[in-house]
Amino acid sequence: MSLRASTSQTIGPYLRIGLEWMVIEDLAPQGAAGERVSLEGKVIDGDGKPVNDAAVEIWQANSHGKYASPEDAQAKPLEPGFRGYGRSLTDDAGAFRFRTIKPGPVPGPDGKLQAPHLVVTLFMRGLLKQLVTRVYFPDEPANAGDPVLSLVPAERRATLVAQKKGDGVLEWNVVLQGRNETVFFDF
Amino acid sequence: MKSIAPYRRPYWNTQPDYLFPKYASSVRRAPTQPLVVLPHTLSEVTAPVFGYDDVKPADSDLTRQHKGEPQGERIVVHGRVLDENGKPVPGILLEIWQANAAGRYNHRVDQHDAPIDPNFTGAGRTLTDAEGRYRFMTIRPGEYPWRNHYNAWRPAHIHFSLFGPAIVSRLITQMYFPGDPLLEYDPMFTCVADEKARNRLICSFDWETTMPEYALGYRFDLVLRGREATPMENRR
Repeated sequence: MSLRASTSQTIGPYLRIGLEWMVIEDLAPQGAAGERVSLEGKVIDGDGKPVNDAAVEIWQANSHGKYASPEDAQAKPLEPGFRGYGRSLTDDAGAFRFRTIKPGPVPGPDGKLQAPHLVVTLFMRGLLKQLVTRVYFPDEPANAGDPVLSLVPAERRATLVAQKKGDGVLEWNVVLQGRNETVFFDF
Repeated sequence: MKSIAPYRRPYWNTQPDYLFPKYASSVRRAPTQPLVVLPHTLSEVTAPVFGYDDVKPADSDLTRQHKGEPQGERIVVHGRVLDENGKPVPGILLEIWQANAAGRYNHRVDQHDAPIDPNFTGAGRTLTDAEGRYRFMTIRPGEYPWRNHYNAWRPAHIHFSLFGPAIVSRLITQMYFPGDPLLEYDPMFTCVADEKARNRLICSFDWETTMPEYALGYRFDLVLRGREATPMENRR
């Protein structure tokens, strides 16, 4: 049996009605093993204006490099209370924010480890389907050998790496168009 | 390390492009640089799990969230969530939101001159059961104007958000109603070339689910991406 996947449609401007109940900006409110990090940023459109109606979702492994998903068969420990999913809805300044734990490395296409990263899914009015991208961590030696980052043209890789803003605080902006346009994936 | 079976790529013309100028908001938000093809690693084939700690059974009845009954026609919307291989997708989170019977959203940016209904928020959620089934009780949403082009009106619709077993099977879409004369004018509904794909966004009237003297029934099945049958080595 073979079916075709349902056609994606835009989230539209009224996403808050349906999605606000499950905003998760602190992924480890009860704490979890690992290095605490805050990630802050803005979503900016092709006119340089903040996007105030985007849903930014992150998905990540715990600090051991294990996803809290039945699809992850690795013999690594789960962290109780750490689901690895976050959802932030941008404010009038286009800003989103997460407090989380830096993920550990997870296996890549050839069994080699990937550099620590977050998977980011973006929905907003004007997008008929989601954008998918990744955030990598600054000062991370493993970035140089990451199998996914290496598929990205070298001059654009920096758009996927967060910048240090302060102690434990990282900044990463989503630029939808133009100079420094964020790399988005065909997923 | 065993290789991972990737998810199927979309069938030709069944998913929208980012840039679709008839939908004016896409022009300054669609990416302009080429997309980078993402291999499906463990990060892409996993997804968060939700359960009854997240969703209460009452969350699926949008007509009983306030003191009084909402205005409008009660409807049951139900269906199944399958993957492209025809397998039911159990235990996944569905979130819906919609306008009220007058075509007004309970949202600060909706300035349409139609009444807010104090007894209708327009949000619901549920989990699919072991056979991938879901069911909502709600009211039929109204059509409403928008400013995409001259005299533009959205057909009646309900927004659906779904989490599948993989982050790449995450889906947000809209459900439309059969026989709506606005469909052919709507740039959302017409955003894909494949007519069959478009028509799968329209629910069907379901007499079996219709509740005598209470509510009309509609059926809306959703299909999430499915995995390719055989793991392929070194896929890029």
